[in-house]
Amino acid sequence: MCGLALVTGMEPRAPLILHMEGVSKRYGGVRALENADLAISTGRIHAILGENGAGKSTLIKILSGVVRPDTGRIVLDGAEVAFDSPAAANRAGIVCIFQELSLVPDLSVADNIAISNPPRRFGLIDRRVQRRIAEDALARAGASDIHPMALVKDLALSRRQMVEIAKALAREPRILILDEATSALTAADVTKVFVVLKRLRDEGLALIYISHRMHEIAELADECTVFRNGSNVASYVAGTKSDDEVVEMMIGRELSHVFPAKPPPPETAATPLIEVKHLNWADRLRDISFHAHAGEVVGLGGLDGQGQRELLLALFGVLRGVTGEIRVSGAPVAPSSPNAAKSAAIGMALIPEDRKTEGLMLPMSLRDNLSFAALERISRRGVIDHARETELVGDMIDLLAIRASGTDIPAGALSGGNQQKVVIAKWLMAEPRIILLNDPTRGIDVATKQEIYQLLRRLADSGAAIIFYTTDYSELIGCCDRALVLYDGAIKRVLVGEDITERALISSALNIADDADDASSRARLQ
Amino acid sequence: MSVRAQAKISDGLLKRVDRPVVIAFACIVALLLVGSLYSRSFLSPEYLLQQLKVASFLGVIATGTMIVILLGQIDLSVPWVVAVGGMMSTAATGWGPAGEALAIPFGIACGVALGLVNGFGVAYLRIPSMIITLAVNAVAQGLMVVHTGGFSPQDSSSPAMRTLATGDLVFGLPNALIVWAVVGAGTIFLLNRTTFGRAVYGIGNRERAAYLSGIDTQRIVLIAFAIAGGLSAFGGVLLAGYASKAAQAMGDAYLLPAIASVVLGGASILGGRGSYFGTIAGVILITLLQSILSVVQMPEAGRQIIYGVVIIAMLLLYGRESRTR
Amino acid sequence: MNDWRYVFSQNRATLLAFVFFVVMFAIYSTNHPAGFSANVVQTAANKGVLLALVAMAQTFVVITAGIDLSVGAMFVLTNCLASWIVVGTAWTAALGVAGVLLTGLACGAVNGLIVIVGRLQPIVATIATGAVFFGLALVLRPTPGGDVYGPLADALTGRVFSVLPASLVALAAVVVIIWIPYRRSVIGRAAYAVGSSEQAAFMSGVPVDLAKFCAYVLSGLAASMAGLFLTFVTYSGEASAANGGTYTLYSIAAVVLGGVSLYGGSGSAIGAIFGALMFRTIGDLLFVFNLDPLWQPLFQGLVLLAAICVGAARLFQVRNRLELFE
Repeated sequence: MCGLALVTGMEPRAPLILHMEGVSKRYGGVRALENADLAISTGRIHAILGENGAGKSTLIKILSGVVRPDTGRIVLDGAEVAFDSPAAANRAGIVCIFQELSLVPDLSVADNIAISNPPRRFGLIDRRVQRRIAEDALARAGASDIHPMALVKDLALSRRQMVEIAKALAREPRILILDEATSALTAADVTKVFVVLKRLRDEGLALIYISHRMHEIAELADECTVFRNGSNVASYVAGTKSDDEVVEMMIGRELSHVFPAKPPPPETAATPLIEVKHLNWADRLRDISFHAHAGEVVGLGGLDGQGQRELLLALFGVLRGVTGEIRVSGAPVAPSSPNAAKSAAIGMALIPEDRKTEGLMLPMSLRDNLSFAALERISRRGVIDHARETELVGDMIDLLAIRASGTDIPAGALSGGNQQKVVIAKWLMAEPRIILLNDPTRGIDVATKQEIYQLLRRLADSGAAIIFYTTDYSELIGCCDRALVLYDGAIKRVLVGEDITERALISSALNIADDADDASSRARLQ
Repeated sequence: MSVRAQAKISDGLLKRVDRPVVIAFACIVALLLVGSLYSRSFLSPEYLLQQLKVASFLGVIATGTMIVILLGQIDLSVPWVVAVGGMMSTAATGWGPAGEALAIPFGIACGVALGLVNGFGVAYLRIPSMIITLAVNAVAQGLMVVHTGGFSPQDSSSPAMRTLATGDLVFGLPNALIVWAVVGAGTIFLLNRTTFGRAVYGIGNRERAAYLSGIDTQRIVLIAFAIAGGLSAFGGVLLAGYASKAAQAMGDAYLLPAIASVVLGGASILGGRGSYFGTIAGVILITLLQSILSVVQMPEAGRQIIYGVVIIAMLLLYGRESRTR
Repeated sequence: MNDWRYVFSQNRATLLAFVFFVVMFAIYSTNHPAGFSANVVQTAANKGVLLALVAMAQTFVVITAGIDLSVGAMFVLTNCLASWIVVGTAWTAALGVAGVLLTGLACGAVNGLIVIVGRLQPIVATIATGAVFFGLALVLRPTPGGDVYGPLADALTGRVFSVLPASLVALAAVVVIIWIPYRRSVIGRAAYAVGSSEQAAFMSGVPVDLAKFCAYVLSGLAASMAGLFLTFVTYSGEASAANGGTYTLYSIAAVVLGGVSLYGGSGSAIGAIFGALMFRTIGDLLFVFNLDPLWQPLFQGLVLLAAICVGAARLFQVRNRLELFE
């Protein structure tokens, strides 16, 4: 394969189309990029790895014209360039597909694909030409099954992401940047997209691919660059570094001391704190059955979009039409809303996916946010006891070491890591027994992640059952007593203790049978 | 100093005063000074007290409007819920001694019932508040037209209503003002010291997050609209007491001033932000403005124009959305 | 074949409004004592077109996820203005018409500037500008009066080919000349994009501010056409606060009945027009069924309430409650 040829070093270096050198960018006191450089060649897929906050996003924003660098040069085709807007970057042939979809929900696929520069006739939009452009773009993206007249809001998330890719291709890019652009795709779509990307590479396009997922990088990339703390730490040919080496480069220290120690597994005779049997919902959750004991940390693994988020929402009472059985401490429950799930009888908490829009009310004060899920504890018959509130708020701030200049500042003024701590603290104040977490460490700095891992273990030790979904393999390996790997809405594999290895996680995530672990895991299934 | 220690110092029942509230009160003072150039009597206690009395009616109505706006919704049923309050309480007065005694609660109860319809539509059917309150307004109007037979209502108010609206039992302060003060105090307590109030601000800020935090958002919204309906109707009761009878379309003149008062007081029309003191300032400001314009005998045309220009000018001072990019 | 499925599903709301209107009007005219005569249709059309034009004005703004509470005031203002300047000879009348329409554009521009440059929320900004416009109307016509150029008024309120109401023909012309080109233009699509997701529109390079500005300007234009037509119908100008307020609120009802989403991004002025005609017909239905006119307002309100509750039935298909929020 391509990668192999490069490894032997026999293939000549591909022509350089873009390089950045000495690029720096500060936001206030934070150094997002520090003397970063990058070299991109045509006909290559270049992967960029790094922790959140390492500077990848800023780099991409500079390349695609969204922000301007403080220092440094960008050289495209041998000439120095500077982009003052995404439109300018597009004109130069640099197109970026961002994580937040830029599609307009109420417009059709064709309208969206041609939205920036629609074909015109007599001053009005030429719909026939536009449709042709859309069909061509969709075909190039390998998504001909999408009808150009369909409204974007009627499409599933994975389809929408394909439209986003088609939209980027319609702009005839020379450099295509994908920033976590496959996060919502189904496994089948990912495979298709990879085929498309490789074909584009063979046609001479330069691709920059940002992802957390090692297996995707392994399959796709020709070259890799690791970013850490705003600079380029290493650039190497894909396949020439082991995963451990790469992770070490990303986090800058050895892997081993990152996670707290795990206790021995609990007695299986005890009643599980939560037990789920034959849970079904729409066609996104299929016959899910599992349990968690008090003191256990259970992780949900698998590729994104396999039903992990839906499972957490179903348990928390947000989904309608959930069938199956849920038991808490042996008693059957049927939470029909978060309000019910939070009640003393069930005692669940959910740390949601998006802290800014689902976990916090950003304009409200730190104090108001912290006490929001536990208003019953700080009030008597509806009247708030301010002294008690202050006391509990103070306790939580101390417990989670939340760094803030006062309790009256708006939650929006806190850093990402602190915001997430506030969300967790808010729920801890409600004294939950079952804690559900939806990708809690996404976008959080490394130091805060450590604190969260320690906290989760402490909570489990004090008798809570923790179920958490993460896209990070190392967390599943390091934090969880058990890992449930989901594929297409069903639990494909249950891994316990020592069996939670990256190899096992990846192979079950991709629905590949892994003979070495198969027998032992089958014995442990449920 | 630890976060905890700092918290003890900076937290307290009286939060920092908002900029809009300060500006609104400053405008009130400015208006009075400008008015005093025209005539000294603008600064007399009698005039000021009279203004506060007139403001009380708008104040009671605007209180309900504010609670709904804090949620991020709007109540366009104010005009005819006010009328319902006035007409139903006067009607009850005519239904014998029991009716007369219960006239005021009955009028308010009718308003609460209409508010519950609003709340149900918004909270449980997820109908945009603008349209459901409009429809309820139309239905309320229809009911009152049928009730009065299309004529001016002939029922008169009960003595209790009249006393409440026109009397001055305590230290010569108008009863209406005291009523507003009580309603206001209750609302301040509700918004700042109860879980209901905290939930209202949370829902107005980000309903999604409030829902996911385990708040029963539907119940809160329902109750808020019911309260607003009750307060609008109570305003109607007071107005009927003031005039000794109800009148067709008696509430029409109160919808836009109520919204304007709330917004001029610094509350965000999108919800989640605003203090009751601001609404108080807004109500007094609007009342004063309308009164001064009428005293200088400004024709209606001029009054409308000045009214609109003042609102825009003040909003440009502190009601602007921040730049999104 | 496949294409028609999409066209159908995307215009479902408009089609529904059309169907409902046709059904209601059929019931009305068959039960009318005078039968389905040209006279009956003409009178109904003249009344309906007034609200239809104001509803169209509201639609432009609602599509961008805004709201215009000054449409009623603009309607009244242009009515009063027309009663002054659309008079005299054919030439002066024509100039008067131009003047009225320009005033509508100007009012819309004022709204647009305050909302976009001033960054004020549309709901409060238009309440305030509505008051200003109404004040100006009062300046023009403290008491009802005035006149209008007879031949033009009669022509537009009369009949074409002695059967078709001229007002409907004029309305159709407005739709064909203004609405349809707008919808298919870049700026029209931009308006839909802005209403659907302002953030996505911005990220895609759509001219957000220009789209919003044009929406408000066109709203003023449509409202001025309505005011002009009112002058043709009543031969006078009246600064009626009740009228202004009623038309504003009814325009919102018409827009919702016509399937335009108050959240922005979807719906059509054609739907809003049928919504307006539907709304007007409700009252007339009562007259036709000999229901006490006393009950008309209540009936109108209940039908509106029922219609919007039916629209909420969609709610029960939602599987993930989070979709109900934002």
